[in-house]
Parts: sequence; C-alpha cells; structure tokens
Amino acid sequence: MSVKLTEDMLKALPDSRGHFGAFGGRFVSETLMDSLMTLEREYLRLKEDPEFQATFDKDLADYVGRPSPLYFAERLTREAGGAQIWLKREDLNHTGAHKVNNTIGQALLASFLGKKRVIAETGAGQHGVATATVCARLGLECHVFMGSEDVKRQSLNVYRMKLLGATVHSVESGTKTLKDAMNDAMRDWVANVDDTFYIIGTVAGPHPYPLLVRDFQSVIGRELREQSVAQAGRLPDALVACVGGGSNAIGMFYPFLGDESVQLYGVEAGGLGIDSGQHAAPLCAGRPGVLHGNRTYLMEDENGQIAGTHSVSAGLDYPGVGPEHAWLKDIGRANYVSVTDEEALDGFRKLTRIEGIMPALESAHAVAYGLKLAATMDKDQVLVINVSGRGDKDIHTIAQLDGIEI
Amino acid sequence: MSRIEGVLKALKSQGRKALIPFVTAGDPHPDETVALMHALVAAGSDIIELGVPFSDPMADGPVIQLACERALKHGTSLRRVIAMVKEFRETDTETPVVLMGYLNPMEAMGYETFADAAADAGIDGILTVDLPPEEADEVAPLFAARNLDPIFLLAPTTTDERIRAISEHSSGYVYYVSIKGVTGSASIDVDEVARKVAHVHELTALPVGVGFGIRDAETAAAVGRVSDGVIVGSVLVDTIARHQTDPKALHQALTDLLNPMRKALDSLAQ
Ligand SMILES: Cc1ncc(COP(=O)(O)O)c(C=O)c1O
Repeated sequence: MSVKLTEDMLKALPDSRGHFGAFGGRFVSETLMDSLMTLEREYLRLKEDPEFQATFDKDLADYVGRPSPLYFAERLTREAGGAQIWLKREDLNHTGAHKVNNTIGQALLASFLGKKRVIAETGAGQHGVATATVCARLGLECHVFMGSEDVKRQSLNVYRMKLLGATVHSVESGTKTLKDAMNDAMRDWVANVDDTFYIIGTVAGPHPYPLLVRDFQSVIGRELREQSVAQAGRLPDALVACVGGGSNAIGMFYPFLGDESVQLYGVEAGGLGIDSGQHAAPLCAGRPGVLHGNRTYLMEDENGQIAGTHSVSAGLDYPGVGPEHAWLKDIGRANYVSVTDEEALDGFRKLTRIEGIMPALESAHAVAYGLKLAATMDKDQVLVINVSGRGDKDIHTIAQLDGIEI
Repeated sequence: MSRIEGVLKALKSQGRKALIPFVTAGDPHPDETVALMHALVAAGSDIIELGVPFSDPMADGPVIQLACERALKHGTSLRRVIAMVKEFRETDTETPVVLMGYLNPMEAMGYETFADAAADAGIDGILTVDLPPEEADEVAPLFAARNLDPIFLLAPTTTDERIRAISEHSSGYVYYVSIKGVTGSASIDVDEVARKVAHVHELTALPVGVGFGIRDAETAAAVGRVSDGVIVGSVLVDTIARHQTDPKALHQALTDLLNPMRKALDSLAQ
C-alpha cells in the first residue's frame, strides 16, 4: 500500500511533538526536556532566519565544496546491463562524507545558541571527524564518544579527530559500538546540559533532532532534483541509499517524497545474512520500540532488551533507525532492503575497479543493491546511488579481510 | 488511598521522612532479590524502588549500568521482576514497591499486559525514566484504571510551568533529581537542593522525594529536612557489587548503611 504524499502532509510532519505517525517523539529523562524544547524553538526560528540560512548555504558552498557532482557511471551501467546508473558524489565533500552537511548546520546552531562545548557520538568516525572539523573551524571544545570496538576498526579516523583537536572518549560499556557511544554522549549531555551542544550524527534521537538533521541533509536531494533534470533530462526513477541511522538516505529521499514516480530504496546492513541474526537491519527484521529518545524500529529480544548488531561497516552497526524511515516503511512510501557484508564488499570492489571510485563500506551497501536493482530496470530509466562517503577510512578493514598487513 | 499515599501520609502525621532504597532487580542474582527486599525493609525502609534492568540505561552512571549487566546476564526480564514482587507480597503486604526502569521492556511486553501483571503482583507505582508525561497518553489511563501510581521525575532544569504540569500527571509522590547528571555522579549541593525543593513544594501538594547523590546519613538528614523522603541508590548498588558472592555479608552491609540513615532521618522528627 502506498499513499500519495501531498506537500501539506509533508509539511505537517513531524507534528508539534516530533511524531511521524506512530514514530519519533521525545523519550528522554526530564533533565534534558528543557534543552530539547529550547533547541526546537530556536531551530524553528532560525530556519526562517535569512541570515542563518545564508550562512549555512555559503558554508556548504565555500567550505564543503557543494554542490556535490552527479556523475554518470557509464562503465558501471554497462556492467549492470539495465538502468542508467548515476552517482551522487557525497564522497567528494570536505572530510569525505555527507556527515559534514549536518555538522555545519548544527555547529551554526550551537554558535547562535552561545554554546562553547560540543559533544558527538560516532560509529565509523565520519561524523566524529566532521564534528571535530567544524569545531576546529569555530573554536569550539569538542568531545567525541566512540565505542572501543569502533576505535579499533576505525583507527585512522580516531587519529584524524585528535589532529583536529578533539578529545576522543573510548566507550567500554554494552556492545562497545555506536549505540553505546550514543548512550555515553547522552550521559555527558545530562551532566553538562548548560554549556554543551549535542551534535547528533543521524536522523535519530529525540525531537527535534530527526527534523533538523533531515533539513540539513536535504541539500543532497534538492541538488539532485536539479542535476537530474539538467543532466539526465528527467527526474530519477529510483534512488538508492544505505541506511544506518538514515541521514544520507532521508537527505536524498526527502525532496522526492511527493513524487510518486520516484521509487525509494533504503539499504540496511544484512551482515552475515538476515536469517543468521547477525545483522543491523531493524527495518527489515526488527519491530517498533523506544530507544535513544524516539520510537522506531529496533533490533531487540523478546523482553525488550536491545540486541547486539553486526555489520562489516561501523557506520551501519546500529540497532535503531530514524523514525521518519519507520514511518515511510509503514505507509509503504519507501522500500527497505538489505545486502550482506559479502555483497557490500563486492560492491566496493566493483565501484573501485570499474569507475575508479572507492566508496565507504557504508555506501558500498547502496552500490551493491543499486547494481542488482539496475539490472531489473529498463535501459532508459535513471537510477541514482548515493555515494555517502569515500573509502579511505576502510582500507585497513579491507586489507585485513584480504589477509594483507599494511 | 494507594499504598504509597497511605505510607507517606502516616509518616507525615508522625513528622517522619521516608527512606526509599533503590536496588536493581536480579542483581547480583534473580534468586536473591526477594530476600534482599525483605532485608531492606528490616533495615528501616519505607518504600522500595526496584530497578528493572535494561541493556541501555542512558540515565545511569557506571554503578547501575554494571548492575543491569549482572542482572541481564542471569536473564532478569521484566516478567521475572514482576514475579519477584508477587513473591515479596506473600509475606509483606505493607511496603509499597515502585518499579523504576526504561520504557522499552514495558512496550515489548505490551502496556496492557504489563499493567495487569503489575497490579496483580501488588506493585504500587511505576517510574519510567525515559517517559515524560507528554508521551504518556497511552499508558496513563491503563495505570490509573489499576491504581498504579505514575511517578515522574523533576530535574533542576524543569521550569515552573512543567513542574505544575508534571505534578498534574503524577500521584503518590514526585521524584526530584537533585543533580544535573546521571545516577551515582557528583555529590550534591545541599543548600541548592533545599532551595529548589522548597520551591517545588510551593507548586505541588504531592509529597516530594529527593534522589541522586545521597550516599550517607548526614546528606540523608540534610535532604530529609526539606523533603518528604530520600531515595538512596548507587551507594547501595555499589555495596551489592562488592558483596556479590556472600549474601549474608551483603545483608549486613546494607543494614549498616541504612540504619544510620534511618536514625538520622528519625532524629529530624524530635
Ligand atoms: C559514509 C557513511 N555513510 C553512511 C553512514 C550511515 O549513517 P546514515 O544512515 O545516518 O547516513 C555513515 C555513518 O557513519 C557513513 O560514515
């Protein structure tokens, strides 16, 4: 079942309490409520403030290097043997991923709110690097929380953050990955709520984060609309993006939600396969619950304890997902699928060898699914894959899998 | 009148303050929790806050995080916690029990099933750390219909407008969180807490319990002077951690901690 989403419907979401249908909301301890309400109020004001928007746009252009190109992958298209495959090149952004679009926006908010200390959680380290980067630029104190498992597998990004002047806190609790990093960031925020701004890295967390992160990331989809018409002569037929928390995907999808002809595909981390239970695909195989301040699809056991996740890609290794995706799934507007670690690695190798573009392992999930999907489509159709980040950070992981020491 | 209201009224008429210990159910082992609850009562407790372990206790510091991990390792589910209270009620029908935890285990069980089971077991109040009243539309009527007192938190950052609104949604007592921080962190500024709690009393007629950062008899008395009860958590849970393998020594250690607090609180009545 799919419903036609009118502009009015889209404008009304999330509602005033941060709900997307049955999902979203603000499920946090009382200490944080006042800060979240202030943030919501200030953001809604600044969203309409021409000075704020102009500063944001200028930073995206001059500092991030936007617009990011839309690239026709001719050889990859031939390889798949179906729809034209185009790549939205978020990997070319400053710091190497889409994450910076959001950190530029939130750091601006922090400055407007007069906060001098910034905290962030990170999985792959891309959001941590993007946060450390904007903090260096604005002279803000920066603390990044990262699970100790991820500190190990993303050591390059850990060092980048340190070079940028951030303090990296290795988190030893729970599963020692992204969800635990987020727990510790929340704990820090409760203790330092007066002077600290929490820059959440994806469209999850309590209201208004899913709203404001979506707004900041929507630049991806807005650019893509124009580029697609200018370069391919039409709107795309299908959009494909990987989904960890869901920020690169919602940023790409959001400006197309009202266009019924555009099919949306969010690709979750299938890990060792959905049936193995070793994955990070809550939309494909989870159920609704409440974690990290919002109601959404979660991976959990029958007693409501959050389940451990597995993915070769640290940035997708998260048991929840942004509430707007949960809603898009339930109303049937977007399709959520998964690819395994192995398929993603194959996607990485193909894009590297056929197009000379090395994607992040997160983005490689979208590449792998995009190749499969393109093969089922007509040659005159247009499929766009969001290359959310570049793969430099993953080279150690890939070398290790290849049994090579570097 | 609910059991919580009854106990707090009786204490008030004697000029006494409630001593409210918090322990995580299933820590160090689910088989020991009921005996531990009886020991807490014997040591002078008026109400028990029983923590429901959760995999991601975002509002808790390391002490209670580790308690959750120990309890979960032994399979302490919400259903099992409810069964513990049912067993406790076989011999203690007087002491109110408040479940304190996070929303997701309740949501996974199903709110109506949970509310039925909680009422049937003789649970008296429910404190859900990550459920502000704004999100409680669904559970509030289920709790109200079964006389389960919804207990909400107030924080140093809570505005007057919210204090009033939250109190409207609460019964039994309101829980004032004395510090900005997670459980078991910084020590408290007693004067600041006194000022704030006095202000809360101006805005609500409900009894006010104060928790977070109360670790000894002296602080308990200082906070008891301005509130209706003190909630003692991390220091007890820490003690449990240190005596995990020896239940007898554990009960003695808990008694040694709580007895002086009880005395200090009761000395306020004279
Ligand atoms: C390159 C890249 N893509 C995708 C993600 C997943 O996040 P999201 O789903 O919010 O886009 C990450 C997260 O670290 C990332 O680094």
